[in-house]
Amino acid sequence: MTRTGIAVRLAALALLVAAPVVLDTYRTFLLTEILIFGLFAASLDLLLGYSGLPSLGHGGYFGVGAYAAGLLALHATTNAFAQILVATGVAAGFAIVTGVFAVRSRGVYFLMLTLAFGQLLWVLALNWSSLTGGSNGIFGIPVATLAGSSRWLAAGDHFYWYTLCSFLVGYALLKLVVLSPFGRALAGIRENEARMGSLGYNVPLYKLAAFTIACSIAGYAGALACQQPKYFSPDGMSFDVSAVAIVAIVIGGQRTLIGAVLGSAFYYVVRDQLSDLLSSHWELALGLVFVLVVYLLPDGLVGGARRLQRRFAR
Amino acid sequence: MTAAAVLAANFFDQNFSSILNGVALGMLIFILAIGLSLIFGLLDVLNLAHGSLYLLGTYLGYSLVEHHGVPFIAAAAISIVFGMGLGFVLALAVWPIRDRGHLDQVLLTLGLFFIVADLVTIIWGRDFHTITPPGFLLQSKQILGHYYPSYRLAVIVIGLVIALVTYLVFERTQLGAILRAAVEDRAMVGALGYNVNAVMLWVLLAGAALATFAGVIGGPIEQVTPGVGNDVLLLALIVVVVGGLGSIPGAFVASLIIGQAESLGVALGQQYGLPQAAPFALFGAMALILIARPAGLFGK
Repeated sequence: MTRTGIAVRLAALALLVAAPVVLDTYRTFLLTEILIFGLFAASLDLLLGYSGLPSLGHGGYFGVGAYAAGLLALHATTNAFAQILVATGVAAGFAIVTGVFAVRSRGVYFLMLTLAFGQLLWVLALNWSSLTGGSNGIFGIPVATLAGSSRWLAAGDHFYWYTLCSFLVGYALLKLVVLSPFGRALAGIRENEARMGSLGYNVPLYKLAAFTIACSIAGYAGALACQQPKYFSPDGMSFDVSAVAIVAIVIGGQRTLIGAVLGSAFYYVVRDQLSDLLSSHWELALGLVFVLVVYLLPDGLVGGARRLQRRFAR
Repeated sequence: MTAAAVLAANFFDQNFSSILNGVALGMLIFILAIGLSLIFGLLDVLNLAHGSLYLLGTYLGYSLVEHHGVPFIAAAAISIVFGMGLGFVLALAVWPIRDRGHLDQVLLTLGLFFIVADLVTIIWGRDFHTITPPGFLLQSKQILGHYYPSYRLAVIVIGLVIALVTYLVFERTQLGAILRAAVEDRAMVGALGYNVNAVMLWVLLAGAALATFAGVIGGPIEQVTPGVGNDVLLLALIVVVVGGLGSIPGAFVASLIIGQAESLGVALGQQYGLPQAAPFALFGAMALILIARPAGLFGK
């Protein structure tokens, strides 16, 4: 990492830490949402970008985590860490059971099978009313507690800092996975599955591990997404959620992790700024963004920035 | 008759219209799925804008029949020409990114899908409409002791004819041989002196024309709404994947299964007090088939 690289990262971190001091309550809430969704989108980038496994059902595991955290808060414990841990674990469990089947299929079949699993989880949340509250969702969730007290996370600013820490932990985990020998093997499988197989790598096991890790982090982010508004409904895990995560990755740039976060920020800010204009024609705007990104920005914002950087470095 | 046969006959009697509705829906989806499947097999493009072609076809049919007094059959014929035009536009849009990955093509065609869906609401609004079937098909017909709308029967017949013609063209003509070979190895067919690009363009035009045609004949069955493109695209995608990409017989069998999951699934769900069971039936059927056969029913 170059000296400027370190300086940029430290400056970004300082800005993120100081943000609630400068921003008003509403914008702090928005930034919290961006961090949560950004982590979710980054976990999908591990699958879609790094492992070459484009899942259309990632929102389902986000929802599994959110429901796990919310139901735990309602019926068992308000401890924030316990909720995150259980959410991550339950999402991992669902991921292993479905992933065993998903990783056997390739390409478009993988797309469609993950779509089916995501939709089935969504339908399950919608219909298992005694547990999930059906389409109304779960509400009246108590504030998550740290060290046995709810005063830490009651205020929006405090919740933001808690989310920032959780985000950094989750993001660091993803980064470690990507940079590890395991991550290199995933890249190898993405580029040439047959060769990795003949080199002795257990390809299905590697894919299943990648799928499970990505879905666990999605569940981890889901827990935060339930703790922030203290509410969760099936809308929060519908196909749209998975699609927006893909949009965020494509806008930001695949295979960068940070691109997924920047893309999420871009999506949330644009949607927030243009909500009046877009409320009637957001499909048109979204469609135009897709088309423009595909033709003009094939590597996303991060790729564009890197090209710009190279031009100036010359 | 054994007890099981009696039970089956009773079940068939009770759910007669649901089962036939499922067949009609299946045929409609099949007409759409042929194009989707061939465009993927030959051009390697997963065309999510296929639902938009259906959508534009159905609104074109609605405008022509309901507002301009064009006879239904003429509107269906016009929609075929219209669809070929749209297919040409699609070819131009996809051409610059033909060598990029599937994800880019998915994004581009999904973007076009969103744009068309919104433009349709701008032009035609969000109201629900329907297309009146041609006069000679307005009556119900008695079949196996039940009355059933003759228009839906006609759709079933059209679907069967298209299935047969596609099968014969594919298996018995030289064009079919070139198409099958090109699905396997495009470069090799090109090396043999055939103009693969022209074949690919024609497949796109034909697939698009079938989709807009399906939009018109589907108008009287499915409603004419901005969301219908979404519904039929999802069903057609499921059919193509369940049947096995590039396989016409596979798409045919899968259409029948998915049509029943949609129609009979809803009917049985309501009979047994589970109104939301239909999505379970649909996605459950797809998940089960893909778990048992990861490359689809007829896939390799």
